[in-house]
Amino acid sequence: MDNQLFNGTLVRLAIENPETDAASLARWERDTEFERVLSHKPVFPSGQKKWRERLEEAPDERQFWFSVFALAEDKLIGFVGIFMVRQQHGDCMVGIGMGEPEFRGKGYGTDALRLALRFAFRELNMHRVALMVLATNARAIRSYEKCGFVREGVTRGADYRDRIRRDVISMGILRSEWERANSR
Amino acid sequence: MILQLFEGEKIRFAAFDADKDAEALSKWTHDPEYMRLLSPDPARPLAPFHIKKRFEEMEKEAGRDFYYFVIRAREDDRALGFTHLRWIEWNHGNAHFDMGIGSASDRGKGYGSEALQMLFRYAFEELNLYRLTGHTMEYNTGAQKFLLKHGFQLEVRRREALQREGRYWDGLTYGILADEWANANR
Repeated sequence: MDNQLFNGTLVRLAIENPETDAASLARWERDTEFERVLSHKPVFPSGQKKWRERLEEAPDERQFWFSVFALAEDKLIGFVGIFMVRQQHGDCMVGIGMGEPEFRGKGYGTDALRLALRFAFRELNMHRVALMVLATNARAIRSYEKCGFVREGVTRGADYRDRIRRDVISMGILRSEWERANSR
Repeated sequence: MILQLFEGEKIRFAAFDADKDAEALSKWTHDPEYMRLLSPDPARPLAPFHIKKRFEEMEKEAGRDFYYFVIRAREDDRALGFTHLRWIEWNHGNAHFDMGIGSASDRGKGYGSEALQMLFRYAFEELNLYRLTGHTMEYNTGAQKFLLKHGFQLEVRRREALQREGRYWDGLTYGILADEWANANR
């Protein structure tokens, strides 16, 4: 049995220290270009204390968030999580953000996403994993396709910022597809 | 300008009234066919007591990003069903809606169609939303026809997103833009 759930080739997943994690999250959320890609909510600098409170809440069974550390540098570079877990249907969503700009576009995020998928399929026994991504976020879409996600549809004009309407793309991967592509 | 948002021909939109409605809403939750057509959430019978409690909780949310209407028959004021707008994203002008006509004997009479047209007016002309999103399941062919008939487009097919009666079914997401609705109703 392969029990290496939290170690990839470039990154590892961990939850180590709410205080230092909160400091990074509070710094990243001030990067509004980054933050706007991540969420539909209005961006807001909620601050380190708020993040710490969130991180110190007891874990719940509907969401599993991890800090992403670059292995070689031993540095916190982003986060990844499985959320909206519907246990009875085996359906869930994945979300990911690489907060440290110098670690984007180099495979760290893809490696973290692969670990999250493995966690969803092999530990949570999910049947599918879904995500939503801005249609303009080509780099993210490429990474998702590399991991085996396929397009399931488009929510027209669901994002409105800087007075520009953007589509939001839905993607999903089934357990069977993941097993074919990634089993080891 | 048409001024009446809550009065239709055969129906009206009203607030939940614990004394009048809890009984009917409790009865509907005991109909598993209805519950499965409505939602991927596990069907679960609720006593009138639980319905009332749930509404007390909901009232705290009401008006911020949640708008709930009981659909009533004008002829005798009975509760026919419900509709609501939720997860409103004000900054993007998007919201999700649900609707149910509780008793099988009240279905197929046009109550839902009238309620949806009233909900469109509320969403697009009172809340000034840009678009409306609706969800249903692969096995609910009635809802699919209903949504298409009223101008929704199928936007997302969430493959095998739910499991019922030993097999997987797709989750279907539909969308309509305020402009599309306005053009169709001009």
